[in-house]
Amino acid sequence: MFTFAVGSALSIASILLAVIVLAAMLIWVERRMLGFWQERLGPNRVGWFGIMQVVADMIKIFTKEDWVPPFADRLTFVLAPAIIMIVVLMSFAVIPFTPEVGVIDSNVGVLFVLAMASLGAYSVMLGGLSSNNKYALLGSLRAAAQMVSYEVFMGISLLGVVVLAGSFNLREIVETQADGWYIVPQFIGFLIFLIAGVAESHRLPFDIPEAEQEICAGYHTEYSGMKFGMFFVGEYLGLVLVSSLIAVLFFGGWLGPAFLPPIVWFSLKAGFFILFFILMRAALPRPRYDQLMSYGWLFLLPLSLLNLLVTGAVVLVSTTATM
Amino acid sequence: MFKLIKDTLLSQAVTLWGVFRKLFVKADTVQYPDEQPYMFPRWRGRIILSRDPDGEERCVACNLCAVACPVDCIALQKAETEDGRWYPEFFRINFSRCIMCGFCEEACPTNAIQLTPDFEMAEYVRQDMVWEKEDLLIDGVGKYHDYNFYRVAGKQVAGKDKGEALNEAEPVDVRSLLP
Amino acid sequence: MAEKAKAEINIDGVTYEVNAGGNLLQECLSLGLDLPYFCWHPCMGSVGACRQCAVKQYRDAEDSAGLMTMACMTPVQPGARISIEDPEAKAFRAGVIESLMISHPHDCPVCEEGGECHLQDMTLMSGHNYRRYDKKKVTHRNQYLGPFINHEMNRCITCYRCVRFYNEYAGGEDLSAQASHHFTYFGRHRDGTLESEFSGNLVEVCPTGVFTDKVFSENYTRKWDLQTAPSICNGCGVGCNIAPGERYGELRRVVNRYHSELNGYFICDRGRFGTGYVNDAARLATPLDGAGKELDAEAAGRQLREIAGNAIGIGSPRAGNEANFAFRKLVGEENFHAGYSDAEHACMQLAAELAGDPRFHNPSIREIEQADAVLVLGEDVTNTAPRIALALRQSVRNKALELADGANIPRWQDAAVRELAQQERSPLCIFACGATRLDDVASDRVIDTPSGLVRNAIELAGRIDASAPEAATAPRAAESHEALERVAGQLLAARRPLIVAGTSSGNIDLIKAAANIAGALQKRRAVRENHGGTAAPVDLCLLTAEVNSMGLHLMTRQENSLGEALRKLNSGEAANVIVLENDLYRRAPHAQVDAALNAAGKTAALDLLPNRTTAKADLALPVTAFSEQQTSYVNYEGRAQLAYQVHRNHGAARPAWQWTGDFEHFRQALLDCADSVAAFAKLGEVLPDTSNLPGGIKVPRQSERYSGRTAMKANLNVHEPKQTQDPESALAFSMEGVPPRRDATILASSWAPQWNSNQSISKFQDEINGPLRQGHGGTLLLEKKSEGGEFKPVPANGDGGGLELLPAFQIFGSEELSSRSEAIRARMTGAYLAISSADAEQHGLQQGRGVRLSGGGIEAIALTCIRTQMSPGAAALHVGDAEIDYHGLGTRVELAPAEAPEGRGLGELIVSDLAQAREER
Repeated sequence: MFTFAVGSALSIASILLAVIVLAAMLIWVERRMLGFWQERLGPNRVGWFGIMQVVADMIKIFTKEDWVPPFADRLTFVLAPAIIMIVVLMSFAVIPFTPEVGVIDSNVGVLFVLAMASLGAYSVMLGGLSSNNKYALLGSLRAAAQMVSYEVFMGISLLGVVVLAGSFNLREIVETQADGWYIVPQFIGFLIFLIAGVAESHRLPFDIPEAEQEICAGYHTEYSGMKFGMFFVGEYLGLVLVSSLIAVLFFGGWLGPAFLPPIVWFSLKAGFFILFFILMRAALPRPRYDQLMSYGWLFLLPLSLLNLLVTGAVVLVSTTATM
Repeated sequence: MFKLIKDTLLSQAVTLWGVFRKLFVKADTVQYPDEQPYMFPRWRGRIILSRDPDGEERCVACNLCAVACPVDCIALQKAETEDGRWYPEFFRINFSRCIMCGFCEEACPTNAIQLTPDFEMAEYVRQDMVWEKEDLLIDGVGKYHDYNFYRVAGKQVAGKDKGEALNEAEPVDVRSLLP
Repeated sequence: MAEKAKAEINIDGVTYEVNAGGNLLQECLSLGLDLPYFCWHPCMGSVGACRQCAVKQYRDAEDSAGLMTMACMTPVQPGARISIEDPEAKAFRAGVIESLMISHPHDCPVCEEGGECHLQDMTLMSGHNYRRYDKKKVTHRNQYLGPFINHEMNRCITCYRCVRFYNEYAGGEDLSAQASHHFTYFGRHRDGTLESEFSGNLVEVCPTGVFTDKVFSENYTRKWDLQTAPSICNGCGVGCNIAPGERYGELRRVVNRYHSELNGYFICDRGRFGTGYVNDAARLATPLDGAGKELDAEAAGRQLREIAGNAIGIGSPRAGNEANFAFRKLVGEENFHAGYSDAEHACMQLAAELAGDPRFHNPSIREIEQADAVLVLGEDVTNTAPRIALALRQSVRNKALELADGANIPRWQDAAVRELAQQERSPLCIFACGATRLDDVASDRVIDTPSGLVRNAIELAGRIDASAPEAATAPRAAESHEALERVAGQLLAARRPLIVAGTSSGNIDLIKAAANIAGALQKRRAVRENHGGTAAPVDLCLLTAEVNSMGLHLMTRQENSLGEALRKLNSGEAANVIVLENDLYRRAPHAQVDAALNAAGKTAALDLLPNRTTAKADLALPVTAFSEQQTSYVNYEGRAQLAYQVHRNHGAARPAWQWTGDFEHFRQALLDCADSVAAFAKLGEVLPDTSNLPGGIKVPRQSERYSGRTAMKANLNVHEPKQTQDPESALAFSMEGVPPRRDATILASSWAPQWNSNQSISKFQDEINGPLRQGHGGTLLLEKKSEGGEFKPVPANGDGGGLELLPAFQIFGSEELSSRSEAIRARMTGAYLAISSADAEQHGLQQGRGVRLSGGGIEAIALTCIRTQMSPGAAALHVGDAEIDYHGLGTRVELAPAEAPEGRGLGELIVSDLAQAREER
């Protein structure tokens, strides 16, 4: 019996398929959106409005020579791009897309996402280290520092939401937002999570680990073909994941007026943030590496701690008052 | 603190808004080859060698284009006709190296070498990108209609004796003692 | 030379130390300052004609107005304060260049000088852009000046450098300034070939493109496109430094390369125009066996080694030391023979012995120019070592310089010094069989037959010092006694006398006599200077015939002459023969060579052009021309100099030393030669100091502006080939590396910012006319022995029947390789016999008709050339394009009239005393 219940095989399969196809489609979406924002057209030749560009790119990427540089550490080199795919896809397991759709309903959903994000750092680090190339090494060093740093504020910024919801279960967090999205009480937390999310998925403007103009292509300098493709799709998966998390944590997930089904609400919210990230890429220049680090540790960390403190105090006061 | 917020958040937001607005601006892209773009006459495309208004080769093989070329893709050899005109025995441009910078045209003292608006030069075989004088030489004057180097320069050629160039007096009679 | 006095002057607020006796222009240039000039030339001094070098000179520290003065005409005064940058001086110079350019014809693109034009440089430096003058330009008609030089008179700026060089420096008579005021014209009285042997220097002396290189123009390339390396001229034994330039695989031109001790700023026309043979299509390109079948390099090398098993080797005076040494090593020292004629062999033995004699000094060209009394003994210097003749012309000016010193006129005040001296010259006495091209500056001439010259010379030695050996018979001519007395006095009175003789004519008695004269002089000077002790050596310049005659001599054993080699082959002592870069038919009687080559089992010949010897060879191997190889040569004074490879080898040709297979690298060959041959112990010093070229960085052969790199060979294949590597030298076949302007260790073509012309050489000199900074002037190999030699007894040379035969040399045609060049062939004559009018009358010979010579059992036919100043009894034979078996004719010939031979006539033979005036040229 196929039902769209949480944890059903169909649900898992459709989520996987949808997420991966979406991530691939995003490549095209991003290129076209960047085009519009830069007063040009973007890829519009293959298929309707260029939508088949992704297919063309896929064919290209799959038929490319699968090359491992002779000086690279072969095993790690092959493993690294797989890691990012796996951990990001794993994260989707706890995302509640609608009341019915989801993989698992975990009590430690938030922690699980954070844990997977931490593992993602290994992919980038190992990829760069195993390449045995000075640009790749520099890229992986930067990636390691950046990801480890921003994970801290990312976690702390989420705690505000957790405190308010009283649960680590993402599904419960959505449900507790029925009478008000957490974007209002947790606006500062949202901002920090937004910034940290970009940094975690090392998208522009925080693509310091791969900064083409400085260090060639950073950690994936030596990658090509399908292995590069996995890094590439992994990045877009990360983009979808962060957008979904924002929707879930701060914008009430699938909740919305009943004239649209929950999945549409969720998609609209997540889609908005995906487009927002693409706009950031189109508009914002990359900061220097030291600026990124000092901004994180000297500004975001105190801010996120303050946010947690105030949230905690308010919750303490309000719960004490009602008791 | 406010300055920091202004610098980090506000300015970013302004930028984001500025770029976002571009969504509603018409794109500049010209859909080549469905639409042909207008090529300005001074566009720097395919290089030609022109002739002077009298139909003679303008190139005098002075080598200035070759030395000006930043990628060294021009090679030629001077030769001379019976009557003293210099011309290139061969004139070769390796277009697979050419970067269409136009320095050769800037350097040319006789307006012989000119860049044209044609840019459709793709080839399947790289060797076909090497053009010899026969491929480069056109029958017209190109962009500069009236210039004829030998009418200006003092060198004697057929049809122009000493003293007949621009601003020249009759040749001197060295045996004369008149002032 | 004494240490020069120094003075401090202030230029634009900076104090410099300069030579006290100089002029401001020269000192500014010595300091590396940019001051424009035209008429001044480092070798010809100042005349103040062009007004381009104007500077401001101030009276003292308070003077702010200053006085405009011409730097080239202003002596350095200690404490002087001048300004180059003064706005008024700059405006003045801009005005001067603007007026010089008024009639310039706007034809730089079609001018051969463009890109290395002093006028272009100075125009830019002085800041002139647009012609404001709107009146007509003065124009001139050009002249035909022969096969070497192009004339384009419109470009002239009337600096007078051409006539100052051609007439005053080189002694030419057929170029002059004509007409007047702004119509001044520099040319001949009518169209015709420029006669001077140094006319090619006009190309470099002219600051603009009035005189350009016609031979170069036919295969023209801009200076920046020439691949250039330092080289040594192969034209004669002087070893002038040259800079050959290559483009598209062809040797395009040769220009002078400055050497402070040797050629300075000038070379002769044989050196400049005589290298066309390098591009000859007839060059040997692949190894050939006797049947004319092509061999691959490996098989050829194997065959060569097989032949070498029981072979004698014959070396070459036109091959480098490494080639000769490699073949000496291949066949063994005892089997290695000299590759010049037996007469020359004997002369070389003596010349080398005298070079080691502490009583004598073999002077460099700069030292020759300082001689104040010169005796030339039997050597036709203008035709055998032309650059020395140019130096001898300068030596007679020492009298003028002395007078100038006495009158307190600076030596660089050229016009004033010449005005003061008028016809006063230092003595120059020429012993010759006929008129020579130096006669116009000679104070005395002794004209006699070769044996008569020897008698006169011995007589002269006796008059200088009574202990010198007496002549067997006294000179015949009575008037010569008077001349000899005069010359003896002049030589004795001279501060620095010089005796010049040479090996070309193969007359050993003349060299002995020269040694006796020099010895006698030295003895008398010793007595005079310090009462019987030793005195400074006397300059005795012994000229060698070919570029490496001396090097070959130092490598061969005394008994290993060419005649001995031929004898060994005839007698069967040696089975095979290997001939290195040599046409034996030019060196020995044809009959003997034929017999020896027929007797030899196998013959291997290595050469670059096919000749009669390679035609007979069972194995003919192609070798590289001088510009395709790195090698060292030893010149007449024993100076070893390194010539670098300029461009890639022709076909499968290799440097001769590579064919033996004993050496992998040039360096090994050179150093092994230095280790194995005692005389070459110092040869290693010619290798450049590469300590400032770390990490394999090289000196580029191509200029920074070298063009067409990605298109030159694109017609063959659009994929550019890898640049040729040069593992053999410190030079690279590319534009990359340390440019020579930062390190002049290896300087081929000089260039400095704003100085594109050859005038940029001043940026590389220690001081004007000084040695090149860090430059390598070669290494003097010959060591002096501790003991001086004795006088040489000269055997009496009895009279015989017929006329005494001697070789007549021609600058264009006598040297083997240059005579294969097209440009030189245009000036060559047929074989001719020069005789006196009296002899001609006696034998019934007529000018330009044939003459049959018989002697030594053979006969030959040549053109008759009757010369009014020829000694009766002497017959000078020019073999033309080696058409006549000179060595076979013996020393005396009988003459008879004959039909004129086919082929070249006397053409444009340039001798001053031709009996019937040719049609006026």
